[in-house]
Order: sequence, then structure tokens, then C-alpha cells
Amino acid sequence: MQTVSHSGPVASRLMPRLLIGLAVALTLLIVVAPLFYIFARAFAEGWRVYADNLLHPVTRHAIWLTTITALIVVPVNIAFGIAAAWAVARFRFPGRSLLVTAIEIPFSISPIIAGICYLLLYGRQGLLGPWLMEHELQVMFALPGIILVTMFVTAPFVAREVLPLMQAQGSEQEQAAVTLGASGWQMFRRVTLPNIQWALLYGAVLCTARAVGEFGGVSVVSGNIRGQTNTLPLHVELLFNDLNATGAFAAASVLTLLALLALVVKSILEHRRG
Amino acid sequence: MTIAITSLIKSFDRTAVLRGIDLTVEAGELVALLGPSGSGKTTLLKIIAGLEWPDAGGLSVDGRDWLALTAQERRIGFVFQHYALFPHMKVRDNIAFGLTVGPRAARPPKPEIAARVDDLLALLQITHLADRFPSQLSGGQRQRVALGRALAIRPAVLLLDEPFGALDAAIRRDLRRWLREVHEATGSTTIFVTHDQEEAFELADRVVVMGEGRIEQIGTADQIHDHPASPFVARFMGAVAELPVALHAGRVDAAGLDASRLERRAMADGPARLFLRPDAIALEPDAASPWILHQMASNGAVIRAVLRDGTGLELPADLPRHSAPKLVKGAAYRLQPLSGAVFASGLGPAPSEAAPSSILQEKHA
Ligand SMILES: Nc1ncnc2c1ncn2[C@@H]1O[C@H](COP(=O)(O)OP(=O)(O)OP(=O)(O)O)[C@@H](O)[C@H]1O
Ligand SMILES: [Mg+2]
Repeated sequence: MQTVSHSGPVASRLMPRLLIGLAVALTLLIVVAPLFYIFARAFAEGWRVYADNLLHPVTRHAIWLTTITALIVVPVNIAFGIAAAWAVARFRFPGRSLLVTAIEIPFSISPIIAGICYLLLYGRQGLLGPWLMEHELQVMFALPGIILVTMFVTAPFVAREVLPLMQAQGSEQEQAAVTLGASGWQMFRRVTLPNIQWALLYGAVLCTARAVGEFGGVSVVSGNIRGQTNTLPLHVELLFNDLNATGAFAAASVLTLLALLALVVKSILEHRRG
Repeated sequence: MTIAITSLIKSFDRTAVLRGIDLTVEAGELVALLGPSGSGKTTLLKIIAGLEWPDAGGLSVDGRDWLALTAQERRIGFVFQHYALFPHMKVRDNIAFGLTVGPRAARPPKPEIAARVDDLLALLQITHLADRFPSQLSGGQRQRVALGRALAIRPAVLLLDEPFGALDAAIRRDLRRWLREVHEATGSTTIFVTHDQEEAFELADRVVVMGEGRIEQIGTADQIHDHPASPFVARFMGAVAELPVALHAGRVDAAGLDASRLERRAMADGPARLFLRPDAIALEPDAASPWILHQMASNGAVIRAVLRDGTGLELPADLPRHSAPKLVKGAAYRLQPLSGAVFASGLGPAPSEAAPSSILQEKHA
């Protein structure tokens, strides 16, 4: 409001107010209203129906599937993110800048394309299909496919957050730790990790939120088998297509709550990082 | 611990950084690596520490092959130019770090760690800073903490990379004296890197002058000062003036030059170059000399005079203001070098033509 308080021509005082009003109105209309609507619709037929909807075996399975996917994808991506950031920040090797670009690819590619690529690679008619069939490995239309695509889509989150900090820290602190007798693991845990811990958590939260919410890529590779390969976002769509609006909104409310939780943790982390 | 370095070679992406280093550092000695930026000082230090690996050559300490050991196994103390303190640990924990890592069996018990840290804090005169974080310290204080952290593991060898590089002049002088004391108290073999001559000569038992990946000369302050082994060292020591002269029976000769105060050289007759430092030149009025006083300025203690001869050569001379003769701009003066280095003309500026590192200065003088 400081910009408003100084006196000036009426028009120049009006302009900021107009912009602020517009921003608030748009946020309410586009972001907040739908959120409220989700919960309003989810509870439209009362608590009991809401609980029944969530406890429905198919919904429960979808929640479980999404949870297990996140539980596998996030730790793998944390490990991958640290390893990639470390390699880029600490070493000079041929293809280094290529790796930096490659890490960012999932951000610029539509997830559905990733899904199709995996399908062409691992599907029954795919490149590795016959070999996988021979060994009775089901990748597509099963949990492995879902995990692979989710991993692809969320790959950049941790590496991107951690890399700038590692580059800023440089390698001297790590070298100092080594000359003082620290093993590789001790060096990482006591010197490298404290430096990147908040960024790492931040990246992990973003990664989790995305892993839980991923729709496009997963929808291609999961096959949408009800009660088997339906993750929570896919399940929402399914219920909606079944004209079970209350059920769809109940399931959606779980996703929304998770997203809001991630948002809260994220802003706490942002605060801690200063 | 005696450090023996033999024919060490190292290059980064085909750029030769160390081109054959031979150096022996005696147990308990304090040695300075002195050289211009990019001469490979840090690289040599890092190889001794085990943070870099040479392409060829040997490194042994007390007869043991150190190239077969990892950095962790070498037990060296390394002090980085920019300290590299751990920002998330208090001073106390920074210093204790080396005692709390490594194999569990090798770590001292907690009370002993605390006692050792307290001892070091006292030795380094930073007891009052023990519970601060590095970001709350001044540069000089950080330097002390970095040294304390390195000393905590009782290193066999202490390596310091430009330990005072980032500090201002007064603190540098203080810390220099204090480092000497610490060195004497701990008795560890110490090598430190600097590009400050004064620092190297004041602090070290011996100074190793490096230029472009080679050792140009090893010696005490006086030896290097009086008998630079190569044109490179002469220039590095501040001999900014190079005069073409002729050698006759070991004496240098040139127009306007009175070489009576220079000692005779055991060198063949012929053309040569005389390297002079501005502070080792006296001037005497001599109308027959080609050297004309072109410019002069005083900083209170010293008059800097710039002379020119007819051929475009320029020569600076620093004269003590109180004892210098009265100087007149435009007048002719005879140069009387108080000391200087002479090299045969064939010895050009390229370091590849300079003296091999193992040859001592006497061979040239
Ligand atoms: N990791 C590296 N990769 C490539 N080149 C390097 C690397 N480290 C050093 N160099 C090169 O090696 C040469 C010597 O470097 P070094 O750091 O040993 O010099 P120095 O004598 O310590 O210089 P300074 O006084 O500036 O610290 C320089 O030309 C530098 O660019
Ligand atoms: Mg250096």
C-alpha cells in the first residue's frame, strides 16, 4: 500500500488499486473458487457419503497405488538428483553440458509423449516387448510402467534445486573434509548434505506433489484398469465419467489436501532457506 | 617427516602445469613456495595432499610411497586460501571435525577431543570465539580457525595455500610471526604457498621459487636476493631493468656504467645482460654518460628517478631521499649498480631456457 499513499494525480493513484483488485478477483475466481467447489461438492451429500466414497475398495486401491508410486519414485529421484547434481557440480567430463540439458527435458516435454515413448519401448508391440514377454515381465499396464513414467516426469525437481547450491559451495569444503580423514560417506553426510538439506527437502516436496498428481503420462501406460492400475488422478476421471460426481469430488479432495499440504511444507521450507 | 618429490609432472587437458619438479623438504623445515600466479604452486601442494594426482614422478615421505596412499591416509593438515570452513558448524566443531571422522577405532574418546580442541583454541588465541559460526568471524579469525582445524589431527605435514592472501597488510604481518611460533611449537614439516616475496623470506627457512611449472631456484633469502639463478628469478625479485653489456675478463662494461662495485663473474667474454633492481642503483653526475634524468618523484622516504639513454631504454632507480645527491632533471648521470645479476645474452626470457631446478645459483654467479 506504500505506493498508494503518496499524493499524485488521481489517475496514478487509481491505477495500482485497479491492478490489485484485478489480481485478487482473478485469483479468487480461477484458483480459490474451484478449490472450495471441490470440497463443497465432495461433502454435498453429507459426511457419511463422503466417507463411504473414500472407503470404497476401488478408491482405496487408487489411493494405495498413488502412495506406493510416490514412495518409490521420490526416494529414487532424490538419489538421482543428488548424483546428477554432484556429477555436474564437481567433475568435468565430456557430455557434461549435455547432461545438464537432459535433466531438464521432462520439464519441456508433454508427459503424454513420455507415456507414448515408454509404450513404444516396453509395450507388447514395443522394441523390448518380446524380450519382456519371454521373461514374463509386465511393465506396461502395471505398476512398473506407472513408476517409470512418474519418475521421468519428476526427474528434474531435486537436481534443479540442489545443483546451484552445490556449485556455489565449491569443492574446497569437501576437500578439507577428506584431508581431515573423512570417508566419502562422512564427507557427504557432514559437509555436503547440511549445505543442501533445505533445497533437497524443497525439491522432494515439489517432486512428491507432482508424482501424486501426474495424469497424462500415467494415463497412457496404466491402461486405466479399474481397481488395478488406476492411480488417484485417473480414478477421479473415471468416477467423473461414470457420472458419480460426488465420488469424483471426494477422491479429488484427497488430492487437493495433499497438494495443500505440500504447499504449506513448501512455504515453511522457503522461509527456512531465507 | 622428510618429503621427497622427484620429477613430478602434471598437466590439465594437455596444458603442462608441472614440468618436472624435484624437491626435498627436511623434517621440521618451514619452506615457502614462491611464484607468480599460474606457476603451479597450488597444484603441487594439492598433489602432496592427495587432492590431485600427478601424471608421472614420485612422492615419498620418510621413504614411504605417498602416491599409493589416499588423502585420508596421509594425515596432512591443509589450509585453504579461502579457509573452506564448514559454515554450519561452530568454531569448536570445525576444529574437532578431523577427530570425529575416520574409522571409529581411530577416533579419540569425547573428553579427549574436547580437551584437544580447548588446547588449540588457547594456542590460536581464539578461545572466546569457540561458540561462534564462521560467518560471525573476521578474515584473520577464520584463518586461525582453519589452521586450528588442520592442526587438530596432529598432521605429519602441514600445507598452507596462500594462508594470508585474503588479509590486509597489518594482520598479515601479525599472523606471519604467529605462524612461525605455531610451527616451532608443533614441529610439523610445513610448506606454504605465497606470491609475496617479503612473506616468503621473512617466514621460511628456505624459499622455492617457481615459474611456469618449474623450480627456478631454491635457497635462503640472501642467496636468492644476491644470486638469482635465472633471468626469471632476477625479474621476479624486482630487477625491472635489463641492460645489454659486454663481459671482459669477468667484468661488465657499458657506456655510462660504473661496475666497480659489482663482483667479477666466472663467465666467458662476450655480450651479456645485466639485471638491476631499482633499489640497488646509485647515481653520480657524469656529463659523458648517455643516461639522462627524465623524471623524478618522491614518496617521502624514497625518490624514484627514471633515466633514459639515447636508445629508448628506460631505467628506474630508487634513491633514499636523505642521502641521495642533488638530482637535476635533464642532467646526465653515471649508473653505479650496488648489486646485479649477469646472464649471457643467449639466456632469453623463456623459462624453458632458464636454469634447471637442481642447479644451484653458484654455477651461474
Ligand atoms: N582443475 C584444473 N583444471 C584445469 N586447469 C587447471 C586446474 N587447476 C589448475 N589449472 C591450471 O594450472 C595452472 C597452475 O595452476 P595453480 O592453481 O597450480 O597455480 P598457482 O601457482 O597456485 O596460481 P595462483 O597464485 O594464482 O593461485 C593454471 O594455469 C591453471 O589454470
Ligand atoms: Mg594457487
